[in-house]
Order: sequence, then structure tokens, then C-alpha cells
Amino acid sequence: MGWLDIDPEAETARICLRIREVLARSLKRRGLVVAVSGGVDSAVTLFLCVRAVGKERVVALLMPERHSAEETLELGRLAADACGVRTILEDITGILEAVGCYRRYDEAVRRVLPGYGEGWTSKIVLSGTAESSRFNVFHLVARSPAGEIVRERLPLTAYLEIVAATNFKQRTRKMMEYYHADRLHYAVAGTPNRLEYDQGFFVKNGDGAADVKPIAHLYKTQVYALARHLGVPEEIRRRPPTTDTYSLAQGQDEFYFAVPHEQFDVCLYARNHGIAAERAAREAGLSTEQVERVFRDIEAKREATRYLHMAPLLVEEVPEVRSA
Amino acid sequence: MLSLGVGDAAVREEVKRFIVDNFLFGDSEGFDENASFLESGVIDSTGILELVTFLEETYQIRVEDEELVPENLGSIDAVTRYLKRKRNGGAA
Repeated sequence: MGWLDIDPEAETARICLRIREVLARSLKRRGLVVAVSGGVDSAVTLFLCVRAVGKERVVALLMPERHSAEETLELGRLAADACGVRTILEDITGILEAVGCYRRYDEAVRRVLPGYGEGWTSKIVLSGTAESSRFNVFHLVARSPAGEIVRERLPLTAYLEIVAATNFKQRTRKMMEYYHADRLHYAVAGTPNRLEYDQGFFVKNGDGAADVKPIAHLYKTQVYALARHLGVPEEIRRRPPTTDTYSLAQGQDEFYFAVPHEQFDVCLYARNHGIAAERAAREAGLSTEQVERVFRDIEAKREATRYLHMAPLLVEEVPEVRSA
Repeated sequence: MLSLGVGDAAVREEVKRFIVDNFLFGDSEGFDENASFLESGVIDSTGILELVTFLEETYQIRVEDEELVPENLGSIDAVTRYLKRKRNGGAA
């Protein structure tokens, strides 16, 4: 047995039981809204929700915007069709235009790249944590209309403004999810896996917001195991993890996770179970030094993103208000 | 490792004042000025960017990508030594 092996049928049954329980006892809602991105996490969440409450009580929301990859909509529809649920298409480009998401982003980029504008594409990337002991800093990578690639380290203000502008996307999507959940008297299912949930790879009050998060306890390897078991189409399972947020294609491992998810899973599991770096290195195919750096990065990200998990903090507890 | 001279004490004090004012809202109680920033939890990764901006603007230096390491920016003493090397014109 490998560290991350699960019994997919037993795990599916456990998750479905929990979904029904929280809907009926805690949330008191009649169904679930799932935002489908064309990625494996949202597809597995969708399939689990359908297994839990039936396809009539689940709605899949498709919310592309100007910079979404071409396959996003197609793969989202494929996931919804494969489990027979209703889909609602909400192109959020107009909302993002109206709040100035694209304009503010371009203005922030021009702080480091004054010529940036029409015809350019860009993304931000994280410097490789597993390769050096350098602090985590972000670089802007931009492609000019002529195809020239430019790379610039982001100073504080530009970095914060770029992230703040792109966060409109996740927050707009969540607003639409709650609109549909409210009108249907449904709950919102969040789609983070364990890596994203633990390491704070989400936008507060954006994709981090949800009423239930059915796969937040599962390592990415386990999500893929469930995807195979549940019959998630192969095209979706084959798609490399992407943020699908920036105009230049961006893998999750260049934006946030310093090593590919298979190796990150092993490191995170080892860290969570007190397994020494040396043993994790053999399991992950990394050097001991690389695993030690990933361990340090895991703790640094937990610390840096603790605020994302926090509910509003009060001066004094109000004991009459209790969580479910 | 370079030792700190008299002139460095003023720089060290400026760096410390920035840390306490910017990250602790001026409240230095319980702040161990010899501890690693990250281990003590005083500065996170965004905080490192703030520190870099402060150093570049205050001391008119350019912090290079390869210099973004704990040996240069991980504690008040490390930053002070780093500034000394940079201002002496040496590679840091």
C-alpha cells in the first residue's frame, strides 16, 4: 500500500453521507451549486454531489471570462454532461469589465512594464522553492505582441495590485454561485483539495467561500483516484492543474506549489505524519535538501495564509452565536 | 562573517525601527530582535517584499534576485551586514 492509497468506494460513501448530513442537519438547504472549471477538483466535487443527493438537486455553473483557456468551457460542459446535471452559463467578462478588473490589472503591470497593453499577455510566477533557499517572491512574465518574453521581479505595490485585481474573478464567481444558491434554496459546494485548503491557495471570500467543501481533506493523488472511480472523463483527468486566471497560461506549480503535485502530496503527507525528510525524499524522487525546503515552505505558507481561514475576529465573544 | 562597526549600529537601529513600526504597529514588547524574522513569525513572504522595498528606497540599492535569501534578509543582524556589504560596493 502507498501512503496516499484510498478505498475509492468507501471514501465516496463516506463523503456522500457527510454531504447529505450537512445539507439536512446544518445547512438546511435542498441541493447544491457547484462551479465547474473544467479541472479535476470541481469535476470530482460535482460527481460526489450528484452521488450524494441526485442529479435533480445539483446545478453546475460555468463561468468563463475573457482570459479563460479555450478548453475551460468545453471541459466544464463535459463534466456536467457526464453526470447529467443542469448547467447554467454565466460569462463574467462584463461584470469584470464593469468593476475595472482588466484595467486595474493592466495599470498594475505597467508599474513594472510601462509598455504593457493591447496584444500583450502575462502571468505571475513563483521563484522555485525546491531549487534554492530563496524567499518566495513573484515575477511577472509577459509576452509581447511580437512574441518576446519579458520577466521582471514584482515589487510590493505592483504584486499586491495584480493579485487584488485578479481576485475580482474568484469573488465574482462566488457572487454568482450564491445568487443561484439563494434563488434555488441550495448550498454552495467549494472545490478545494487538501493542498489548496492547507496551503491557502484560494481567495478569501472568493473560491475560499463555500457552505461545504467535500474534498478539502483529500490529497491531489486521492482526488485523481476518486476521479477514476467516479467516471470523470479522461480529458478532464489529463488536464494539468492550472489557475486559469491569467491571460498567459499558468500552471499551479509555477504560481504557488514549488514542485509538481505528485511530489508535493508526498511531502505534505510526510510533514503531516512526522515522516523524516530523508524517507519522504526517496518516496517523492527529490533530494533530502529539496524536501526540507518544501517542508519549510509548507510551514511558511500555513503561517502566511492563516488569515485566509479566519472568520471575522471579535473584541469579545458573543456566546449566543455558535457555529453549527 | 563581517562584524558590525559603530556606523552600522545606526543602520541596525533604522532597520529595527522599520520592523517594529511597520509590522508590529510600534509595539516592540516580546519582539526578539535577534531572532529569525520568519521563525519568529514577525515577517511573512509579503513582509519580505515590504522589507526589500524599504531597503531599496531608503539606501538607494538594488536587491538582486539571488540576494533574496535568509543569510541576507532573515534577521536584523543579517540585514545590517548585507547593507554593509552592498554599501561597500561588494557583491552580497
